[in-house]
Amino acid sequence: MEPLIDIRDLRIRAHTAEGGDIEIVKGVSFSVRRGEVMGLIGESGSGKTTIALATMGYARYGCRIAGGTIRIGETMVTGLDEKGLQRLRGRKVAYIAQSAAASFNPSRPIMAQVIESALIHGLMDEAEACEKAVGLFRAMAIPHPETIGNRYPHQVSGGQLQRLMAAMALITDPDVVIFDEPTTALDVTTQIEVLKAFKEAIRDRNTTGIYVTHDLAVIAQIADSITVLRHGEVQEIAATPDLLARPAHEYSRKLLAAAEPALRASPVTGEASAPLLRVSGMSAGYGLVDRDGMPAVPVLRDIELTIGKGRALGVIGESGCGKSTLARVIAGLTPASRGTVTLDGVDLAPGIAGRSREQLREIQLVFQMADTALNPKVPIDEIIGRPLTFFFGMKGAERERRVRELLDLTHLPASVGDRLPGDLSGGQKQRVNFARALAAQPKLLLCDEVTSALDTVVAAAILDLMAELRRELGLTTMFISHDLKTIRAICDDIMVLYSGRVVETMPAAALESGRHHPYATLLLGSVPALRTDWLETTPAASLQVQGGPPALTSGGCAFFPRCLLAEPGLCDTSVPPLRAYPGGIEAACFRLAAE
Amino acid sequence: MSSTTLPVARRPLALLFSIGRLVMPAIVLFWLAMAFFGHWVAPYDPAGIQDADLFEGISRKFWLGTDYFGRDMLSRILAGARYTVGISLMATSLAVTAGVLLGLAASAIGGFFDTAVSRFLDALISIPSKMFGLVLVAAFGASIPVLVLTLAVIYLPGCYRINRSVAVNVAALDFVAVARARGESTFYIMIREILPNMVGPVLADFGLRFIYVVLLLSSLSFLGLGVQPPEADWGSLVRENMPGLPYGAPAVIMPAIAIASLTIAVNLTIDSAFGRHAREGVR
Ligand SMILES: Nc1ncnc2c1ncn2[C@@H]1O[C@H](COP(=O)(O)OP(=O)(O)OP(=O)(O)O)[C@@H](O)[C@H]1O
Ligand code: SF4
Ligand SMILES: [Mg+2]
Repeated sequence: MEPLIDIRDLRIRAHTAEGGDIEIVKGVSFSVRRGEVMGLIGESGSGKTTIALATMGYARYGCRIAGGTIRIGETMVTGLDEKGLQRLRGRKVAYIAQSAAASFNPSRPIMAQVIESALIHGLMDEAEACEKAVGLFRAMAIPHPETIGNRYPHQVSGGQLQRLMAAMALITDPDVVIFDEPTTALDVTTQIEVLKAFKEAIRDRNTTGIYVTHDLAVIAQIADSITVLRHGEVQEIAATPDLLARPAHEYSRKLLAAAEPALRASPVTGEASAPLLRVSGMSAGYGLVDRDGMPAVPVLRDIELTIGKGRALGVIGESGCGKSTLARVIAGLTPASRGTVTLDGVDLAPGIAGRSREQLREIQLVFQMADTALNPKVPIDEIIGRPLTFFFGMKGAERERRVRELLDLTHLPASVGDRLPGDLSGGQKQRVNFARALAAQPKLLLCDEVTSALDTVVAAAILDLMAELRRELGLTTMFISHDLKTIRAICDDIMVLYSGRVVETMPAAALESGRHHPYATLLLGSVPALRTDWLETTPAASLQVQGGPPALTSGGCAFFPRCLLAEPGLCDTSVPPLRAYPGGIEAACFRLAAE
Repeated sequence: MSSTTLPVARRPLALLFSIGRLVMPAIVLFWLAMAFFGHWVAPYDPAGIQDADLFEGISRKFWLGTDYFGRDMLSRILAGARYTVGISLMATSLAVTAGVLLGLAASAIGGFFDTAVSRFLDALISIPSKMFGLVLVAAFGASIPVLVLTLAVIYLPGCYRINRSVAVNVAALDFVAVARARGESTFYIMIREILPNMVGPVLADFGLRFIYVVLLLSSLSFLGLGVQPPEADWGSLVRENMPGLPYGAPAVIMPAIAIASLTIAVNLTIDSAFGRHAREGVR
């Protein structure tokens, strides 16, 4: 059978800022049969989005299609004029973007936007379109399908908006749907619902798709075959099960290895080293503080945690649960409104102003976005050298030598010293970020999502670096992430935050076994595994209450609205305390003990 | 093989832009140079009454005609550049320097300081600028230092506002948090961390502010409250030659054209320079 999408020797060129002209897609060919989904995977800059956009005949600003052909069904996309392209887009080919929030107009009701393209192309009248949209909402398992269209985009959750956007794309019954990282911005527990909805919609409608992502485990669930891209060139094209089982290309093997990060050997063994950091009874937030000492926007409540000397504590939780705030409180950037932070037996003042220079030196923060964590106008050796001067008064040749040592320690070439952050790759920037923190010779390193913005292969190298630093310098670390696999790979202990409270702490080894807090169980079950049938077999989708956005309860367990075990009258009246369970697990749940 | 993409369609426009990119800065540079050398370059003595009729038209001898005294208009405009450009430049520099420093301090210190400064300057901004100028000039007399200070004070609040908002955005970035967590002083954070990242917007704001100042100075002079005779800036030149309007004398329109050429050229120069900055930022 003739494939529906056929891309031959596609070449896309882009203008560079210096006025040059470079090829960013270098002769890519692949084809997709009707009803199948082709996954495009590769690191950032590999050209995957550029190719996906080209399929609609669209070149990003500054880019142009310089050669090759793209055919969809009978249509030669590369030969179309602007009018022809407009007819193609939205009707034959639809596009689902990474951020649904950016694609919806915040000031119009959702329904009007969902049916807009059907009306523009004159495919049906408004009543028909609305009816069809409601059907799609239902197929996408969006709660309240009849009425949700009347809401505005800010009145639905991120995962719901992503599915509404898919409904918007499907309303014209397009032959081809292009998914561009549609779940990357979502929490894992939300991603799973969206993936399920997508997969069903694709199957029911016999839709042909191109699915762009950097996450191999996600693409394994959706795609029939996978094209591995790197630097604008195809490395390998294979059926999904084959690629997972027998990756032929060296780079595919690397991707596969990085997707399931190996456990990095920990320098500490067993239990109980003396605690280095202790946080107790701590509450914090943003905004003005009221008379009881609580801030206007409370974020963290009654946090208790200890990190033993030389150990690594992983902090996990969904976006907005207060992970970054926790790091900021410990570093003194956001003063705690209650409770204490104790480092090496000494109580620290809540704010930076009250802490001594020595105390500030002992705790160093490494931020998520190396882009914003490094001043773009300051050369690398000054970025790394400043803490040396500030804390140790180093100058001249002595400082230069130490900077070079730190570059060496973080495996950076000495030549990056006089460059600006903008000239470095993402992974290199993150290494500079580490080098700056290490320059202060801290006792405690707070790492906030240090690998989240990186491609998996680069992130794996950073994890190796962290393991090495721990081994060689005996660093105590707090490692914040929303990715359980990463945390598992590097940490000795794990703490689960939900809505600003500690709901569970455990040794990392207890993760796969033992009984866990219902939220931890959900989290565990939501991490996609590298096999094609994970989405069908995982129980995670049935681990939480389906439906509206979780309403925040005032008095009871914060997980109550989503919890399947929840018992009204018990769980929603008071906050469950942390209790110990076998295997070193401590969980805050009333029902866990009862069962 | 088709290559239908944006840049192709934009080419004619791009050509126009690139011409503008050379001509406009040249005009700006020309007027800047005249602010310093206008007196020397002028073909006649700007104050000297020539052997000519009043309100003469354009001629080979008097390129831009003569004024109500029969003085050479070209010479008077070139000499007037010193006042229009000079006073505006000084006033703008003053307003921008103060605005940047206050904005930086407000973003780095925050809290009460930020609120107090912002409130105070907001109150100032709500006074209509021409009226404010009138009052100050009436109270202190129309000397050049008073004019410079008046214009600077009038444009300080707007300048502060823009620079504060730019600085606050930079101050929210992680590298500033890192510096704070290290225990760096507020001054270090202002000057070494935040300021270098504001250069583009500050320059753009400087240019825009300069245009406003030129226009306000010209209107004040036109109303007779600005530069006083025998000195004359472009606004005063328009004012004193108003009687030539019925005769269609170039003496009325030429100073106005000078004002327009300066402000438009500055504006377009910033546009193209700022566009380049933005593109560099994206890369
Ligand atoms: N400066 C601030 N003022 C007010 N509220 C804030 C501020 N910073 C963060 N918040 C709120 O505090 C809550 C916790 O934010 P925090 O950054 O700690 O979350 P997080 O767990 O790190 O999330 P993510 O995984 O997305 O980074 C969020 O609801 C956020 O909106
Ligand atoms: S306390 Fe109740 S609501 Fe909270 S997690 Fe346990 S069972 Fe669920
Ligand atoms: Mg965060």
